[in-house]
Amino acid sequence: MTDMTADKPAASTGPARSLLKVGERTRKRNAAEKRFRMLGLAAVVFGIVALLGLMTSILSNGLSSFNQTYIALDVYLDPAKLDKNGNRAPEDLRKITTFTVQPLILSAMQTMLEERELAAEGVNAKQAAALISKEAPAELRRYVIANPDQIGETVSFDLLASGRIDGYFKGRVTMESAALDRNISPEQLMLADQLKQAGLLELRFNWAFFTAPDASDTRPEAAGLGVAILGSAYMMLIVLVLSLPIGVAASIYLEEFAPKNRWTDLIEVNIANLAAVPSIVFGILGLALFINFVGLPQSAPVVGALVLTLMTLPTIIIATRAALKAVPPSIRDAALGVGASKMQAIFHHVLPLAAPGILTGAIIGLAQALGETAPLLLIGMVAFVREYPGAPPEGFFDPASALPVQVYNWTQRGDPAFIERASGAIIVLLVFLLIMNAVAILLRRRFERRW
Amino acid sequence: MSEAATQDAVNASVEQPVIKMRGTGVNVFYGDKQALFDVDLDVRQHSVTALIGPSGCGKSTFLRCLNRMNDTIDICKVTGEITLDSENIYAPMIDVVELRARVGMVFQKPNPFPKSIYENIVYGPRIHGQVSTRAEMDEIVEKSLIKAGLFNEVKDRLQEPGTGLSGGQQQRLCIARAIAVSPEVILMDEPCSALDPIATAKVEELIDELRVNYTIVIVTHSMQQAARVSQRTAMFHLGKLIEEGPTDKMFTKPDHKLTQDYITGRFG
Amino acid sequence: MTPGVLVILVLVLGGIGFVLGRRRALQSAAREGLKLHSLPGYYGQTVALFTVVPALFLMATWLFLQPIAIENSVSSQIPDSAVAEGSARSLVMVDVRRIAEGLDSLAEQGALSEQVLLDMRADLTNVRSRLAEVGVALGSEVSPAVFEAAKSYRGIEHTASSIRTVAVLIAALVFGAWAWMRIKPRMRARNVSETFVKALLMGSSLVAILTTVGIIGSLLFESIQFFKLYPATEFYFSTVWNPQFRGGSDFGFLPLLWGTLYVSFIALLVAVPVGLMIAIYLAEYAGSHLRSFAKPAIEVLAGIPTIVYGLFALITVGPFLRDWIAQPLGLGTSSSSVMTAGLVMGIMLIPFISSLSDDIINAVPQAMRDGSYGLGATQSETIKQVILPAALPGIVGAFLLAASRAIGETMIVVMGAGAAARLNLNPFEAMTTVTVKIVSQLTGDTEFASPETLVAFALGLTLFVFTLGLNVLALYIVRKYREQYE
Repeated sequence: MTDMTADKPAASTGPARSLLKVGERTRKRNAAEKRFRMLGLAAVVFGIVALLGLMTSILSNGLSSFNQTYIALDVYLDPAKLDKNGNRAPEDLRKITTFTVQPLILSAMQTMLEERELAAEGVNAKQAAALISKEAPAELRRYVIANPDQIGETVSFDLLASGRIDGYFKGRVTMESAALDRNISPEQLMLADQLKQAGLLELRFNWAFFTAPDASDTRPEAAGLGVAILGSAYMMLIVLVLSLPIGVAASIYLEEFAPKNRWTDLIEVNIANLAAVPSIVFGILGLALFINFVGLPQSAPVVGALVLTLMTLPTIIIATRAALKAVPPSIRDAALGVGASKMQAIFHHVLPLAAPGILTGAIIGLAQALGETAPLLLIGMVAFVREYPGAPPEGFFDPASALPVQVYNWTQRGDPAFIERASGAIIVLLVFLLIMNAVAILLRRRFERRW
Repeated sequence: MSEAATQDAVNASVEQPVIKMRGTGVNVFYGDKQALFDVDLDVRQHSVTALIGPSGCGKSTFLRCLNRMNDTIDICKVTGEITLDSENIYAPMIDVVELRARVGMVFQKPNPFPKSIYENIVYGPRIHGQVSTRAEMDEIVEKSLIKAGLFNEVKDRLQEPGTGLSGGQQQRLCIARAIAVSPEVILMDEPCSALDPIATAKVEELIDELRVNYTIVIVTHSMQQAARVSQRTAMFHLGKLIEEGPTDKMFTKPDHKLTQDYITGRFG
Repeated sequence: MTPGVLVILVLVLGGIGFVLGRRRALQSAAREGLKLHSLPGYYGQTVALFTVVPALFLMATWLFLQPIAIENSVSSQIPDSAVAEGSARSLVMVDVRRIAEGLDSLAEQGALSEQVLLDMRADLTNVRSRLAEVGVALGSEVSPAVFEAAKSYRGIEHTASSIRTVAVLIAALVFGAWAWMRIKPRMRARNVSETFVKALLMGSSLVAILTTVGIIGSLLFESIQFFKLYPATEFYFSTVWNPQFRGGSDFGFLPLLWGTLYVSFIALLVAVPVGLMIAIYLAEYAGSHLRSFAKPAIEVLAGIPTIVYGLFALITVGPFLRDWIAQPLGLGTSSSSVMTAGLVMGIMLIPFISSLSDDIINAVPQAMRDGSYGLGATQSETIKQVILPAALPGIVGAFLLAASRAIGETMIVVMGAGAAARLNLNPFEAMTTVTVKIVSQLTGDTEFASPETLVAFALGLTLFVFTLGLNVLALYIVRKYREQYE
């Protein structure tokens, strides 16, 4: 084959080189082709494996946070301790501290162990009571304040087990690790096993994970996403209300009205750039402008929302402009032809036709905003917030957390149980994102038009 | 091979036509749609065969079957047999790469690669391992460009991008690129449809010259062009081959009424 | 009245204005027996727009300017003697604001009546402990001058807020009424309202510009403050990063730059080949079935928040690399390392690069492929020698955008790279990046005016300039590339 040059045309009548015999060089080239193809496939496989690794890691660590260990306990609400004056006055009851309630749990535990004849060697009553979360007294206190008439009765509670016990039943804590752990002993775990056999301890679906506020370092079992979900919802609401109208208005101007000159060129380049500015820079902007300069409160959803709005705007503008561009000029001409003003042509005809594209872009922009973490760290949303923000619009100014920030917050805690919580929170976040993306894709599929 | 020998071969082919490619019972499907029905057509060596017919008649489809360019379309399925030098090019062990090295193609729109003129031409020989040294490359570039009648126009700017040439020059560059691989058959899919009349004339002249060394199959919409450049003409209509014969005969007294109507411009 | 309620009130007024305007147009047309120039709704719309827009604009401006004005007037009340040695007036103002806030919450909780608050004096009451009750912790005892300033700060703020409410409502009513009065059948209401709307549209497009101005402004302003306290040459050329709580910190930028570049380099080393090959495979080899599934999947993947990857780095990749590679080879004992962050960031960038490259490869015309196949090139030869060179500018653009993202990425490095500022070649050591330090300097409890905090703005400015350069270059290249094939 190599001896063939351009000079020698195919003058032969029979096959000069049979097609049926694959040449040496062709074989090599085909081998190279195959190698290249395998390389491509390997890249795809690598991508899939990395993704599976990511998902497995998050799911295996986080799914267990949707279940929680509870211990059933009958607590005698001793009037002598809870209400010394005996008048059930609310202001007196409010003065009950968790220290007052703690002994009630202790004695309830003692009673239960005696009644059921459960015991583990080397576990005294106090250690047995330590199976129950430190959050339990607070729960009891709230119950007493809400139901003063129950004082003096024996009430059945399902109390949170402590984080270590919870971890034991989820496989995070083992007898070996407990032996090295100051907070729990293997004997206590054995007692927990007995409780489980007696049907007093069980793993149940953890609703509180979605509704409860964050909890302190020592009680991971009580930590929930309530405040974070509410904070994220507030922010998304403001982001939507601000960024969609502003984004659509800006796009309409740029796409339909703006003269093509240097100024609009500048705006365009600027928007493209803003879409690629690191998110943390927006956080700095929020801190310097909204908090230090304007004096808005730290940790408030409104500040987070303003920052996220500025970040989301470019996404929405780019998507909206693409959607507007996709509407053929014939539609505009038709409207103008029957005497509509330009504004009418756009608002009555072009905009409705572009709406699915705009909505898709807006949802994707919101999804991005929902997962954004770094700028929120800078405006103080990483603070420990236990109080639910109030109702809007006042609540927009109350301190709150946000889903991704809550994840970060939990990863910074000492207790490994918080890793489970963080992964669980990520799952919640991803489910929200998946729903939003699915809606966006469905919208696109359902309403996509080819002109 | 000497000049005389080449001439002998040409003479031989005139006396006793050699069938370079032969299609037998060719059917082509695009998904559920059938684009060609049972086409039997011979392509003679060292002659120009023109494929004519109204738009969508399947002539381009047939052309693309001859070097299996249709393989790049997922939904396209070809049945029947097409041979090159009596070997079925659709046989399972055939390698399309080797086939295409022998059956080159020039497209409707000039499509030079966004590289220099020089690189455009050596691309083919290099991938087929026909050249390795700089001298060989220089030689093949010069020869191909001379054959394509482009050498004098571009010899001072071989390193400039091929996309910078005019449309006609680009198309001749594409022909030079095809020639450089030294194919036996060159397929041309309406090579002049994107060119102005002067450029068209140059390309037609070139086709006529190339006939001496190559076998050419050309798809064209222009009756005049078919009459000017081809020795044999095949008329397609609605995916069927209507008739095939010497160009003179086809344009003077065709057997078929459809051909008559098409050539005289009554439809199409 | 809080701004939120005020906004709602103004919007309600706008609604009323719409109804009234429409009615007046219809009535006057009926009375004068003339045909209205525009549809009646446009008259209502005009009134509503005149009611709402100027009022809200006034409010926004007011909200923006009020703090500056108050700050200035209160700041001048503080005698120089109240500013402690080695401190700054702005630091005192921070205290003033916090005390005022504390007093607000005291009043809100009903712990103190307004009168008591006004009579309260720093030299007679233990202000610090009272404020601590409501969660406002002060570093030192409150001096009477500062306390008085805080009280007057509070007073001015209250008055200003009241005036603001009144002014906004008056603006709404006056402009609304004016528009309403002007309604006549011959008034070209549609043109008026359309011009108004167009102005609004134009205003919206300015938000993007204002954002950029805001970013540059705030970064520059605070960076200049920083460079006044800390020399720029030392910042940019020193190799020691060692912030101290009590002053005397070293802020050498170089270790941070090194960490940032090292992590980004590893990330791109992973992401570019893999992402590019995936894009090639999907664009050139994969069937349409796989493509229609893979394309949206990749887009969704590109939307996974970086905190997810950060967690992945923290709980899986970091420990894995440490236990299986770094420790057995004796390269390090830290689970957060340049390798961890780089690897995970690379995984994050894969869909980003794939998605961009896929668009770019698909923009190469089919005629190029046909030309190459027609010459007998194999698919891989066509890709390597025709498609990739043709797509090169676009791919370079995508690469630059990815680099800019890697440099600006925060959560993955915060959770995966570590916090130690080091100049080191070992990728299994923990190092730190510019973004990590911005986060750590701005989330600490240091005073805002101290160099320890301000350095974050200098870092932010540098980061912004760096990524801006990359972005502008990338966008320019990609734009030129697109034009080539359009």
